[in-house]
Amino acid sequence: MRHLLAFLVLSLAISPAMACETVQLGSLEISEAWSRASIGMARPGAFYVTIRNTGATDDTLTAITTPVSDKPMLHETVVKDGVASMPHAMAIPVPAGSTMALEPGGYHGMLMGLTKVLKEGEEFPVTLTFREAGHVTVPVLIRGMGARDAGCPDIKK
Amino acid sequence: MRFTGVQKILWGMAGLASLAYGTLVLIANHTPLPSIVAPFRPTFALPDAEGRLRSTVEFAGKHQLVFFGFTNCPDVCPTTLAEVAQVLDGLGDQATLVQPLFISIDPIRDRRLGLADFTAAFHPSILGLAGDEAQTRAAASSFHIYYEREVNANASDGYTMSHSPSLYLIGPDGDWLRQFSYGTPADEILNDLKQRLRTS
Repeated sequence: MRHLLAFLVLSLAISPAMACETVQLGSLEISEAWSRASIGMARPGAFYVTIRNTGATDDTLTAITTPVSDKPMLHETVVKDGVASMPHAMAIPVPAGSTMALEPGGYHGMLMGLTKVLKEGEEFPVTLTFREAGHVTVPVLIRGMGARDAGCPDIKK
Repeated sequence: MRFTGVQKILWGMAGLASLAYGTLVLIANHTPLPSIVAPFRPTFALPDAEGRLRSTVEFAGKHQLVFFGFTNCPDVCPTTLAEVAQVLDGLGDQATLVQPLFISIDPIRDRRLGLADFTAAFHPSILGLAGDEAQTRAAASSFHIYYEREVNANASDGYTMSHSPSLYLIGPDGDWLRQFSYGTPADEILNDLKQRLRTS
């Protein structure tokens, strides 16, 4: 019983940290991958992540795939002359020595055709494809509908 | 202290100059300053999620915090409504003096997808309104805001919406007070509202 309790406490303590952990792909550090809970599956979800390029070579995020969406896309929210639109971003640049954040109001992943309800506290995988570095799959934390960031305890910017 | 003749003349001239300047300032103050936005009173008459027609007059005496958006919007709309929720929580007891409104610019699809569950997911006080095409156009033009349907083969149902993403603040007497442009931190909105509620 005591072991079970310890296990439960430990797993609770560990699971958010997993999603907040930084994943390394060559000289890219991928962290703070998160999404928002969805109401049903009819509306698109969003995907946010921070990519840090510590190398000397420019890279580009060209695609995302995930089992929770039939049609994941990269978008950019653009507010121009007081009007917000959301053009499809074909690729998101990750220049050498810089940090590119997909975050509310800017670049973001749009998860169209959800295949499951996104529930707060759960995780799902997203595979990121980079032109130079290749593929990497990261765990994405589903936060509440009102969340504005990954809510990771130790945010490195 | 004794003034010489020259000093008297100089002081006299200084006095005359300040008098003239003061007169000019007074005259200048009497001419009305051009205001950036002419005062106006936006109006709307739109059905809520249950189909009851709700209109501006109903909220007289309250501040209204108005957002025009659509529920299929993954980024801007949830982000803004999350901020509205944070503002309402920050207001505490005074939240009853502020009516947050979400006006759909994509009303037919939003009715189909569900309006009330969307607004409730952010804050129970947010009132969602979705009218027909004419009602929506009328409300938007009354607020002087822009929205447009954009055909996009890649979007769900083949279209998406572009829209003015600001939050609009309407005063207790129905006057348009100001807008908070997209991305204004919730704290800034909260402080602005608190100050207004203190003086009203």
